Amino acid sequence: MEFVSNYLLSLILFTPVLAALVVFLLPRDQETLIKWISFILSFIPLLFTLYLWFNFNVNQPGFQYQENVVWYAPLNSDYHLGVDGISLTMILLTTLLTPLAILASFSIKDQVKTYMCLFFLLEMGMLGVFLSLDLLLFFVFWEFGLIPMYFLINQWGSEKGEREIWGGRKIPARTYASFKFMIYTMAGSLGLLLAIQVIGVVAGTFDIPELYQSWNSLTGKLFGLPVTTVKSIAFWAFAIAFAIKVPVWPFHTWLPDAHTEAPTAGSMILAGVLLKLGAYGFLRLVLPLYPEQAKYYAGALGLLAVLSIVLGAYASYGQTDFKRLVAYSSVNHMGFVVLGIAAAAFATDTVNANLALNGAVLQMFNHGLSAAGMFFLVGVIYERTHTRNLDGYGGLFPLIPVFGGILIFTSMGSLGLPGLGGFISEFLVVRGSWPVFTWYTVISMLGLLFTGAYILKGLKKVLHGPMNEKWVGHLSEISAREIFVITPLMLLMLSIGIWPAWILNVINRAVEMMF
Amino acid sequence: MQFPILSVIVFTPILAAILIFLIPGERKSEIRVVALAAATIALGLSVWAYFSYDVSVGGYQFVEKYPWLPMIGISYHVGIDGMNAPLVLLTGVVMFTGVLISWGIDDRPREFFAFLFILATGVFGVFVTLDLFMLFFFYEIAVFPMYLLISIWGWKETREYAAMKLTLYLFIGSVISLVGALAMYFSSGLGTFDMLELEKAGFSLGFQQLWFPFVFFGFAVLGGIFPFHNWSPDGHVAAPTAVSMFHAGVLMKLGAFAALRVGIMLLPDGARTWLPWVLLLTLVNVVYGAYIASVQTDFKYVIGFSSVSHMGLVIMGFATLSGDGLLGAGVQMFSHGVMTALFFAVVGMVYDQAHTREIPRLGGFRKIMPLVGVAFIVGGLVSMGMPGFSGFIAEFPIFMGVWQAQPWVAIVAAISIVVTASYIMRIIGRVFFGSLPDEYHGHVRDVTALDKVALVVLSAILVGLGVFPALMVPLVESGVQNILRLLGGA
Repeated sequence: MEFVSNYLLSLILFTPVLAALVVFLLPRDQETLIKWISFILSFIPLLFTLYLWFNFNVNQPGFQYQENVVWYAPLNSDYHLGVDGISLTMILLTTLLTPLAILASFSIKDQVKTYMCLFFLLEMGMLGVFLSLDLLLFFVFWEFGLIPMYFLINQWGSEKGEREIWGGRKIPARTYASFKFMIYTMAGSLGLLLAIQVIGVVAGTFDIPELYQSWNSLTGKLFGLPVTTVKSIAFWAFAIAFAIKVPVWPFHTWLPDAHTEAPTAGSMILAGVLLKLGAYGFLRLVLPLYPEQAKYYAGALGLLAVLSIVLGAYASYGQTDFKRLVAYSSVNHMGFVVLGIAAAAFATDTVNANLALNGAVLQMFNHGLSAAGMFFLVGVIYERTHTRNLDGYGGLFPLIPVFGGILIFTSMGSLGLPGLGGFISEFLVVRGSWPVFTWYTVISMLGLLFTGAYILKGLKKVLHGPMNEKWVGHLSEISAREIFVITPLMLLMLSIGIWPAWILNVINRAVEMMF
Repeated sequence: MQFPILSVIVFTPILAAILIFLIPGERKSEIRVVALAAATIALGLSVWAYFSYDVSVGGYQFVEKYPWLPMIGISYHVGIDGMNAPLVLLTGVVMFTGVLISWGIDDRPREFFAFLFILATGVFGVFVTLDLFMLFFFYEIAVFPMYLLISIWGWKETREYAAMKLTLYLFIGSVISLVGALAMYFSSGLGTFDMLELEKAGFSLGFQQLWFPFVFFGFAVLGGIFPFHNWSPDGHVAAPTAVSMFHAGVLMKLGAFAALRVGIMLLPDGARTWLPWVLLLTLVNVVYGAYIASVQTDFKYVIGFSSVSHMGLVIMGFATLSGDGLLGAGVQMFSHGVMTALFFAVVGMVYDQAHTREIPRLGGFRKIMPLVGVAFIVGGLVSMGMPGFSGFIAEFPIFMGVWQAQPWVAIVAAISIVVTASYIMRIIGRVFFGSLPDEYHGHVRDVTALDKVALVVLSAILVGLGVFPALMVPLVESGVQNILRLLGGA
């Protein structure tokens, strides 16, 4: 056991790679075996995470279970891992969603082995971001996660649909979407890369806890410019990279395409975890490294967040494609995360900041649950009907009542119905940012009207209204496997809604000690 | 007496070339076996030399020195330090994989392998020699077989033009450098060509400023520096696969390395005067090269221009004259060498099956040759500087160095990363994914087992170095310390 607790974080980080290796060695044509082995192996990181969760000391300040080994000596970059309450929550989310996403992928027929290997590599990339306490290592994992996601969209994405690109040539929509995802994120990371290089040159270290001290105490001139100017530029380089990933309006346009074309499990992970990487970047790097700049520009960031909330909901309402509707809802919900972060950046060291940050982190977790659930349900109905057009459904409730019930439950979680998780976190964000950005908060609460509207629109178009006769007798009920995927998500939504303390306690202590 | 490992590495290829010439031309399989045996010996010894270099001691190791023409101060003096040890290993790797890939060459394999090995001796020689005269000697040995290899076994459409262009460029470059070298020899008054002696000659500032561009640019032509780069894509494209691998993988490093060894290390004050301008030229290399690569339709030209872009980064790293930049450049020489060898191997394998390199006419090759597709993706990710692969390990410190020298250059150069990503993704999408055009159904086959070995070796090096930079970085760093010492403190 000593080995496990000494190297716990490395075990969590690299057991997915080992799983990928095991799967890689299985015979290609044994598809059922590959699926089951992948599913079972994906529980190993989850078990380690649960062990970490229950052995984590919430009252101890700083990072726990740290590991520190020299990685790239001349640059002073180390393989430095550690967790606090914020990253712990995100790690739990990641290791929890991965087995569910793998179970959801049992309907994949094409190149199952490669698919599962990529999925495990994706899990490693995401976990690496949450675990890294070294800026360079953070960037390594940040970029690395792109590769598997690109291929998951590009190869296993929706086979229908074409996009016309300039020149009038038509390419498959999934090619377009994956390319857009990759180039968008890489272009965003470019500024981040340059800013990290500047930090490395100036501070001589990439160690995040050290940078919290040394980078902040920097004064004088850099490259012939005042330090504050350099920091402002670097702040925006960081902020834009993370804003693209979150995504914050107007950097969100890659998201509907990527979500719509990705395979179901890919969308679950994309919405459930990948978007959180951006928000996590704000929490782990932007706020602690640039407190002054963050405070100065918090108004601008808050405005973008409000626009994300309102316009995301509005755009979502306007969609006729069920998956695109859910995709835009992510823009809407992640807007609350950013609003909370902006409010906390403005009102540092107040109770409002504390509440807003609690709300933001919990909202990240909740949105991970509800978005993954929603995308999964869209996938379930798509597999049966082969359409995502909302006008193509209609009155399905009597045909598939169990699915209908689950869809309503999950939609309500997404809507923020009291009693389910989303309500708690959105309320905390609103409560925290109201005294700070009153008008922003008012407008974003009006945006919630649209949220209600698009959720109900989705439900109405799918489940209610006149029954589309086409589906009578052709539609099978949700299967036991599929219920098994969605049940843990529903239970967690309910448990956070009823008794949020079990998770808020962890988050709150971390937020108090960190900021 | 110590085992003369470097001499054995240098002369194994040429001895093998002689042996191969002694085998009758029609006994092709014996020729191949001898070639593979020699390449394996060279690779094994270079791996041994690489790993037994003692970083904690540093300096030049495995040194051998014999007088060659004592009356004018020429000696056969070889040794490796942190800068050239990776390059010796690189040459061993490229030679070994190059032989594997060329197994199927049916047109006069005897002469082909013999010339290829003479070339290899020249390359090994340049990397390990510590004598200025011997450096030129080996340099010409390396350049000359290139002409024959391209003009005889190259791509029919352009081989004569490209071979002539390449040879003229490189000869003119080397003559210009030779003039500079002779100037150093005469004005030093030491009567020796030994570079370790010349390092201490203490040339005057005016002398250094006058002669630095001769020496540096003469060699940098072979490194592909803008505006003298345009021999290189033509040469790459016209050459047969194994020669392209050698050419882009190793020969361009020869130019960059010689520019560093003779230009920067012997004339450090001249370097300080000129390198801000070099930095600008390499910026053009990096950005313009990537841009030109992105608009090519010929698969091999894309890779050819990508080399121009990446070699620009190497020289840019030199031009920063900082520890980080030099370190990155040293690693980038190795990383780019392996990566581009992998690229050209892949291009050759696709071309052998498809008989075209026009990107729009290719498609779906992943289904036919899955491993080739994976190898190209690995190479592509290295090329994009994706973290987790060796390209990142190399490019990151170069950029750190550039920040210290000229911050805005780093920002502009970073554009190349996105441009590179776009053309790499385009090739991956077009050539390896998508649907296989009808004309290839039933006509194309997967690659041979030997080809697969070569691809796996090259890919594994790129990933291994990316995950464990400590495999190479301390070594290169010890070499960088030596250069910084010559540059005077810093």
